[in-house]
Amino acid sequence: MKPPAFVYHRPGSVAEAVETLAELGADGKVLAGGQSLVPVLNMRLAAPAALVDINRLGAELAFVETTADRVRVGALARHAQTERDEAAFAALPLLRQATRHVAHQTIRNRGTTVGSIVHADPAAELPAVLMLCDGTMELASAGGTRSVLVADFFLGPLESSLSYGELALAATFSLPPPRTGSAWVEVSRRAGDYALCGLGLTVSLDEDGRISRARAAYISVGPTPVLVDLTDAVAGQAHDAADWSAAGALAAGKVDPDEDIHATADYRRHLVGVLTSRAGRAASAHAAKAADR
Amino acid sequence: MSEPTHEVKLTVNGVPHSVSVPARRLLSDCLRHDVGLTGTHVGCEHGVCGACTVLLDGEPVRSCLLFAVTVDGQSVTTMEGCRSAEGGLGPVQRAFMECHGLQCGFCTPGFVTTITAFLRDNSDPTEEEAREAIGGNLCRCTGYQNIVASVLRAAEILREGAVE
Amino acid sequence: MTIDAPVRPQAPPATPEAPATSGRPGPFGKAIPRREDLRLAAGDGRYLDDLGHEALAAAFLRSPHAHARIIDIDITDALGVDGLVAIYTYEDLDGRVAEPLPLLIPHPALHAPRTNYPLANGVVNHVGEAVAMVVATDRYIAEDAVERIRVQWEPLPAVVGLPAAFAAEHAVHPDVPDNVAAHMVQSVGEAHAAIDAAPYTMELALHVERSASMPLEGKGVYARWDADDRSLRMYSSTQTSTSVRFAIAAKLGIPVDRVEVVTPDVGGGFGVKIMHPWPEEVLVPWAAIRLGREVKWVEDRREHFISSAHERAQEHTVRVGFDADGRILGLDVRFLHDNGAYTPYGIIVPIISSTQLLGPYKLGSYRVEFHSLYTNTVLVTPYRGAGRAHGCFVMERVMDAIADHRGLDRAVVRERNMIQPDEMPYDQGLIFQDGRPLIYDTGDFPASLHKALALVDWSGFAAVRDAARAEGRSVGIGLATYVEGTGVGPYEGAHVRVETSGDVVVATGLTTQGQGHETVFAQIAAQELGVPIERVTVTTGDTRRFKYGVGTFASRSAVMSGNAVAAAARKVRAKALRLAAAALAADESELELADGEIVVRGFSSSDGLPGPRIALATVAVLANPLRYAFDEEAQRATQFSGQMGATPAGDGPPVAEGEEPGLEATGWYSPIRSTFANGVHACVVETDPETAEIKVLRYCVVHDCGTIINPMIVEGQVHGGVAQGVGGALYERIVYDESGQLVNASFMDFLMPYASEVPRVETDHLTSPSPLNPLGVKGVGEAGIIPGHAVIASAVEDAEGFRIDRMPISPSELWELRRRHAAGEVPSLRRASSLQPGSSLREEPA
Repeated sequence: MKPPAFVYHRPGSVAEAVETLAELGADGKVLAGGQSLVPVLNMRLAAPAALVDINRLGAELAFVETTADRVRVGALARHAQTERDEAAFAALPLLRQATRHVAHQTIRNRGTTVGSIVHADPAAELPAVLMLCDGTMELASAGGTRSVLVADFFLGPLESSLSYGELALAATFSLPPPRTGSAWVEVSRRAGDYALCGLGLTVSLDEDGRISRARAAYISVGPTPVLVDLTDAVAGQAHDAADWSAAGALAAGKVDPDEDIHATADYRRHLVGVLTSRAGRAASAHAAKAADR
Repeated sequence: MSEPTHEVKLTVNGVPHSVSVPARRLLSDCLRHDVGLTGTHVGCEHGVCGACTVLLDGEPVRSCLLFAVTVDGQSVTTMEGCRSAEGGLGPVQRAFMECHGLQCGFCTPGFVTTITAFLRDNSDPTEEEAREAIGGNLCRCTGYQNIVASVLRAAEILREGAVE
Repeated sequence: MTIDAPVRPQAPPATPEAPATSGRPGPFGKAIPRREDLRLAAGDGRYLDDLGHEALAAAFLRSPHAHARIIDIDITDALGVDGLVAIYTYEDLDGRVAEPLPLLIPHPALHAPRTNYPLANGVVNHVGEAVAMVVATDRYIAEDAVERIRVQWEPLPAVVGLPAAFAAEHAVHPDVPDNVAAHMVQSVGEAHAAIDAAPYTMELALHVERSASMPLEGKGVYARWDADDRSLRMYSSTQTSTSVRFAIAAKLGIPVDRVEVVTPDVGGGFGVKIMHPWPEEVLVPWAAIRLGREVKWVEDRREHFISSAHERAQEHTVRVGFDADGRILGLDVRFLHDNGAYTPYGIIVPIISSTQLLGPYKLGSYRVEFHSLYTNTVLVTPYRGAGRAHGCFVMERVMDAIADHRGLDRAVVRERNMIQPDEMPYDQGLIFQDGRPLIYDTGDFPASLHKALALVDWSGFAAVRDAARAEGRSVGIGLATYVEGTGVGPYEGAHVRVETSGDVVVATGLTTQGQGHETVFAQIAAQELGVPIERVTVTTGDTRRFKYGVGTFASRSAVMSGNAVAAAARKVRAKALRLAAAALAADESELELADGEIVVRGFSSSDGLPGPRIALATVAVLANPLRYAFDEEAQRATQFSGQMGATPAGDGPPVAEGEEPGLEATGWYSPIRSTFANGVHACVVETDPETAEIKVLRYCVVHDCGTIINPMIVEGQVHGGVAQGVGGALYERIVYDESGQLVNASFMDFLMPYASEVPRVETDHLTSPSPLNPLGVKGVGEAGIIPGHAVIASAVEDAEGFRIDRMPISPSELWELRRRHAAGEVPSLRRASSLQPGSSLREEPA
């Protein structure tokens, strides 16, 4: 289990990185945290001709920026940095809630938030968070920078609209309206494993403490994260007395899980229902607390 | 055609090293076979078992998921760097011996480095926190119970040391 | 074949010696920190890949097919790889290396044994079988070359899973068309008749899936050939260096004395490394000799999954007859055992299953029949527990089922069927894995049971259950007992030498994979010789230090080498006393050996003067009469010193009749048969009513491994075994798809538990010394794992109210069972169907 040989590039700036990626085209692959890429290389399941190591672009890309309406995470912000960032947590607690479920701390010390999104694993947490937060991806290439809405970003398992020659610079998560709470809930075989089913859920309350909006993004139950608007199922119900079973049923009808050695498709679909209720209750309580502040 | 090599400078356990390695050389192999510090162990080479965990600029990382060339210029602490200044068992290592926290010893380096970083940030953990701190490392021998005890004992040793 | 009413050798009368170790102060029996930890905990161990940094690296092309013919192997592309040294295929092999690997453990019932070649000879029988060996300057380059070898395959139908193997629509080996490697029947009494005549009968189908030892260090081999000396030094991460040595010498045609096999520090074994010689253990030294260069192979994780042995897969059909009190009158077990593609290790695992299944119980009659079947999967050899976990699962499932059938407490049914302490030794009437009769030596099974019930608070559980129910939670309690044959022969030996420094050097043939042998054997030697343990060093698994031995498996090290070390140390002690008696002009019976000195007993020191005494170091000097002094101390033993030999100068020869020079001795231990440890596990689980997640809330172990040498190490063995037991019950399984691909060959998908999944273990123990060995010890290595499947199944079943009949069980599987239960496809337990919500169980706990 030793990786195949590759040509190594270590650009000193984003400009140099995109220039190198442009030259390499389909032969080039970006190396950031490497926590998904290197295992694949060690198993020789992939053999990119060249790696473009962006780990020296910390000055430009290792940021977690929080403004009035968004959290913007640079391509070299490790999960641990995103997880610990207090401003981002205050503005968008879901980011920390979800990141804590990404593998184990040691992996989060190296793996990056943006890298996890670009990897587009339908079992990963961050792509779902980006979806739930109506996020955008900033993609740079020699021709300039473009923004891609999350709705257009994930194309399938391990497949995104990132093109050859492009470098993902940052992911931007929109902040929810006031009186919004969130929760991340998942079931995995072992703590730290990819979820058999998981979801992030946000609940917004009106001024009377009634649910005005609820949305969830599900992982491991489809080829990409599945975003479901649950509002119709719970709107108008009191935050502390809402019946989430209809929301769970609604979501269960929207997912298309596969069977694997760890779980049947039906079981995963069942979890969608159960976990929707759990997340709904937790997010409602969280929203109520947010409303108190 | 011979594979090109890269000059890589690493500070390992405070000692500067310079090695010439191919880009694909994993940090784990570099430490073990180029630097000659075999205290770092390789158990899975896909980042799950944690035996190869070292501290990169103080933070635990899987050395089997890093290319040596990527961390050029950085500082690495390995199992050997967790020994006492005199070269004997360091505080975490001593706790492992006292609490029977190891059997075959193969996974131990990854635990010791991880725990060393954990106790730096949390000097008086609860048993639950101790268990969570080692949650990303596999051990096939001990059932973890004595490793949890080792974490708590190491914290105690470190606190005693801090008082002295 | 059938073995009915076995004829067996007469057992000699038990001759229990009071452990010489008892009574005297010393390290024996104490929780002494491990001496090897000074090295291992410092990161200063030397494991296989820590050696031979300059060696060439080997890598293997392994079959991607479960069953295929090799039409052609084209190495042209690989030859261009810079750094390539050699590529070998079967065609290159010569002499006995080109022959199939040995059948290590033949058995009359194994009528169609098949073993593999070191490299595939025209056909492959499992994914991962070695096809070509590449040697290169480093492992990266060796793997580059492996990738460039082109093989033309003709795929053949793959036989995967026991039903397919038994149906035999296709055969793994064309000359074994029914896929049956072995068929064996053992019986005691007339089980069929007894069952037919019993008041109640029941049938159960009980399955256990495939798993694997999965040590964190894979296998590895490093070989150095000295062409001038014509000798081979080989390092292997093995559980048996002595036997590897004989096997390699035979394979390579080198005199045994020219082969040294050294086992360095080993990163876990758990059974998989007792199998030998692995193809790589033959090929690496073979290549080192051919190339005249050092060669090393370090197994990577993927290789370990697809080419190192697995275990556990068995499907059992059980018929039992019992009376109204739950007493078993007859038990009939038929099972299929998946032995994988080859049978080099014989049929040890199913033999153990079929005999150890009986546990602590006396059944009216018993018949067991198994078929060991070929499949196109990795071969099967023992994994910690070795057949016992499955046997225990079967027996304990039967106990729970009978209890439920009769509306009796599960503990009561077990106790009613138990062998009583006054029935010891108890002959089960079967032949065990060592070819010897299955006779339990000692143990108080009911006492073990009661201790476990107390530890887990069995009788208080109804209240726990009710309290949980009131919170909408679902909990269950489980119980499982086991008896483990430990310390199987044929023998081990040890050598003990007192250096002229007074240090004691101990060597034994078997190997160490983390069991703390450097400490426990030192405890034994230190105790026997009356020296501080710090003065004792122990070497294991190094044929340069000790040539004969068997290996480390079957919880045998403490029993076998422990007693051999004691025997050798006692000889040394006796010799030291003889020499000291001469030197001190005292009678041996007056002498006492303590703190590294021999003193005349009872000598009053009230006058403040030291009594006559001689240091053990000095005795070691005197034990070797010298002409030439190599240091100051040695001058005492030279011919004009006046102290030479065991007798004062001038009387008799310097080396007395019957003596040998040196204060050293070799001791051996060879038992008449195995000694039997026992124990009871009890656990409490919680099952999530919605997600069906299973959490072990409590796990209690009561074990009896006879006299304990080091309680800290014993506890550690139990903890580790329990973790593997829980892993086997709830997380780990090896999964092949229909085409024979191993679909979860990574730590991402083969789910060994982390700390987050393993419960805290609560322990208690009994001590029933074995009369079969002088130390009274029994093995403990496998105690923790054996009842894992059984006890967790028992608890999950109790929580859920319907029967659990296959392990492991995942939340998804439990949820699917609930669905089938709700649909009426899975019947309720009788005790569950009689329950009203909120009430406690009808009759249980009593």
